[in-house]
Amino acid sequence: MNKKILYAIFDDEEILLESVKELRSKEIEIQEVYSPFPIHGLDHALGFKETRMAITAFIYGCLGLTFGGLLLYYIMISGIGKSWPMNIGGKPNFTFYQNIPSFVPILFECTVLFAGHLMSLTYLFRNKLYPGASTKSPDPRTTDDKFLMELVVQGSDLEVKQLLKSTGASEINEKEIEDE
Amino acid sequence: MYKISKSTHLLSVILIVIGLISTIYAFTNDAHAAWTSLAFNNYFFLGISIFAVFFVALQHVAEAGWSTVIKRVPEAIMTYLPYACAVMLFIVVAALMHWNHIYHWLAPGIMDPHDAHYDKIIAGKEAYLNPIFFLVRSVIYIAVWLYCAKRLRDLSLQGDLEGEIGKKAYNKGITVSAWFIVFFAVSSSMASWDWIMSIDTHWFSTLFGWYIFSEWSAIGFTTILLFCLFLRKQGYLQDLNESIIHDLGKWVFAFSIVWTYMWFSQFMLIWYANIPEEVTYFMERIELSNYRFLFWFSAAINFVVPTIVLMSRDAKRNTNYLIVACIVILVGHWINSYLLFAPGTLHDHGHLGLTELGMGLGFLGLFLFIVFRSLTTRSLDIKHHPFLEESKHLHT
Repeated sequence: MNKKILYAIFDDEEILLESVKELRSKEIEIQEVYSPFPIHGLDHALGFKETRMAITAFIYGCLGLTFGGLLLYYIMISGIGKSWPMNIGGKPNFTFYQNIPSFVPILFECTVLFAGHLMSLTYLFRNKLYPGASTKSPDPRTTDDKFLMELVVQGSDLEVKQLLKSTGASEINEKEIEDE
Repeated sequence: MYKISKSTHLLSVILIVIGLISTIYAFTNDAHAAWTSLAFNNYFFLGISIFAVFFVALQHVAEAGWSTVIKRVPEAIMTYLPYACAVMLFIVVAALMHWNHIYHWLAPGIMDPHDAHYDKIIAGKEAYLNPIFFLVRSVIYIAVWLYCAKRLRDLSLQGDLEGEIGKKAYNKGITVSAWFIVFFAVSSSMASWDWIMSIDTHWFSTLFGWYIFSEWSAIGFTTILLFCLFLRKQGYLQDLNESIIHDLGKWVFAFSIVWTYMWFSQFMLIWYANIPEEVTYFMERIELSNYRFLFWFSAAINFVVPTIVLMSRDAKRNTNYLIVACIVILVGHWINSYLLFAPGTLHDHGHLGLTELGMGLGFLGLFLFIVFRSLTTRSLDIKHHPFLEESKHLHT
């Protein structure tokens, strides 16, 4: 059994997108696409599952809101607020809910801060992009002006290569995978 | 070409009749409340129609392509502007003639130190709030707005007739739009001080102009979206794709949040500082039992409903969700418009009742009548616009 990886290089993202659609319609599995910038509609064309980032954003937002609330409760009302009571604008700090309008900006900022930062970190973590990570791209030109499609082919690759050429691939490189 | 269906026409006529009956009843019953009702209902539709002009101008200066296939809709909405401006000018003139008492600072003798009604704070604002300057300002805003609206509407049609890609008319439109936006940046704020904020003469807020502008944006986008959905349902605007609806939904969502942001910024700082001359504005709205519920209710639904209903991507592409959210937003902002006017003029005896609703429906009927009629005057299919193809293939 010989398995092969094909690296098809494209010069233009529109051609790549059309090629992806063509290959997918012939039920050829595409492993990965490397591009210097996000391509609109590519994730849909590749048939990826809907991102779950929105759900994490919601969870992190709730976490931030809770954190902000507890922080304010401790600083302004129960802990430090008891030791050093503050009377701002004639509003004594006995209760949380009576002071809530002045807490809204901080609650909001905590929510945004947590959602934003933790989402970024989740994204980096999920893509294994930690400091010192080495590139996964098989061709450094994908950080410049080329687009690369990665396919794993089993057996004859003639048909796939022909299809790639006919849909506009400018060059095709290959790599054998050794069997274990 | 759009053709008004019988039922649509009948609906607008019925609404106008309801409005007329309510207006006559209101003026015979309680003229002071009737003037307030007239002012706030007119303000609501004035905001929608002036925002349509701003929308068209904004698309020009940004050279935005996404909105091209729907541009007939704001162009039709802006034809209501002359009527709204005429009523506004009538209210202003009537106030100067002392036919109504909406503007407290126009009361006779209030700026005269020897008079019993002398008010030192109001007298201090005489340089800005005096009858002649007030009238002149109102006329200038209205004249420039109407001129720009007419010019943009004419240029849009010229572009259609021009052939090829219609660049000449479009470029002229950019020039007009740029001037309009510069003027509107100042005049929208000043108009809101003059026509609305000066009702509560003692009070002032430096955020007020933006607050009103954000409200106009919210109701303006909502109305444009509703008309687009309606026309698509009737089988027009075949080029209107899901992405454009999605983008309009985003705008409605975004400007509801902006409105809330402005509302809260204004409220929170005044609440926090607790200075007597500032808090009176909110005291009137919160402490008086006839406004308290409306105040919190309108603020809540204007924020909560669009936030929750329009949060997800699928909801912004779902006609039913959009219609529900849009109608709630319009009702919420209509109540809020009432609260901009009534507490300052009617104090503790204002009630948002059937006469106000009837007059509102009358204005709605007139608005629908004018807008639908002007939709019939030119083809809904745009030709020769530089960004037409981009708009047809918009994909988000």
